Amino acid sequence: MARQTRMRTKTQDGATEVLVLVSHPMETGQRVDPKTKEKIPAHFIQKLSFTLNGKEVAVVDLGVAVSKDPLVGVKLKGAKAGDKVKVTWSDNKGESNNAEATV
Amino acid sequence: MTTLHRRTFLKATLGVTAVGVAASAGLLTPTRVLAAEWPKNAFDAKSINDALKDLYGASAATASGSIKIKAPIQAENGAVVPIAVSATLPNVQGLAVFVEKNAQPLVASVALSGAEGYFSARMKMGQTSDVYVVCKAGGKLYSAKQTIKVTVGGCGG
Repeated sequence: MARQTRMRTKTQDGATEVLVLVSHPMETGQRVDPKTKEKIPAHFIQKLSFTLNGKEVAVVDLGVAVSKDPLVGVKLKGAKAGDKVKVTWSDNKGESNNAEATV
Repeated sequence: MTTLHRRTFLKATLGVTAVGVAASAGLLTPTRVLAAEWPKNAFDAKSINDALKDLYGASAATASGSIKIKAPIQAENGAVVPIAVSATLPNVQGLAVFVEKNAQPLVASVALSGAEGYFSARMKMGQTSDVYVVCKAGGKLYSAKQTIKVTVGGCGG
């Protein structure tokens, strides 16, 4: 199941901010299901990798302490209009998705 | 050692400074390739020092005014605490965000190669705690901290 991944870029003062929003539960593995009294298994995004025109510029490793539906931002320098930014994420259950945007 | 106070934290960091110097040779060569495996040990670590050692091979960090933490002083909902970190140091290679009193302090670690020293996210905080940001720049570690008060915890429930 592909989870919705959205990306947006904003350029200001020569730096481009890239914001990624993934709709993901980010379960910590410590929460207890109120009905079954069993622990909800951990399910969270582990890696986000950002590329600019195919070249990797940043890799973000997330832990369980990141809120659900993570909104992650990084800043790129020297990105020009028309450049392609791509993000690929993967979680601890092997799910992954990617999103692409043009600066 | 989940309740690590500032004093003990400083002591511990000072204690390993000598080790840090010895390991600095190793620090200069990247210990972690950019697309390496997810650092499980670092995220499982129960203390900031352990996590730092696993991430960067050293835990001695110098306090620096060049790291700016943009986060609320008081967060109403611990489940969603926005934080933005920017480091204006030259040659930023990595950033790591820690919440001292979370069961697993490491929130996120960023490896940068061409991007600016900036990172933003929303994180969970169990209770009022100091938030540490450690920045790796030019082979050295720098840190900054801010206390964030949490009214309602964001873990469990």
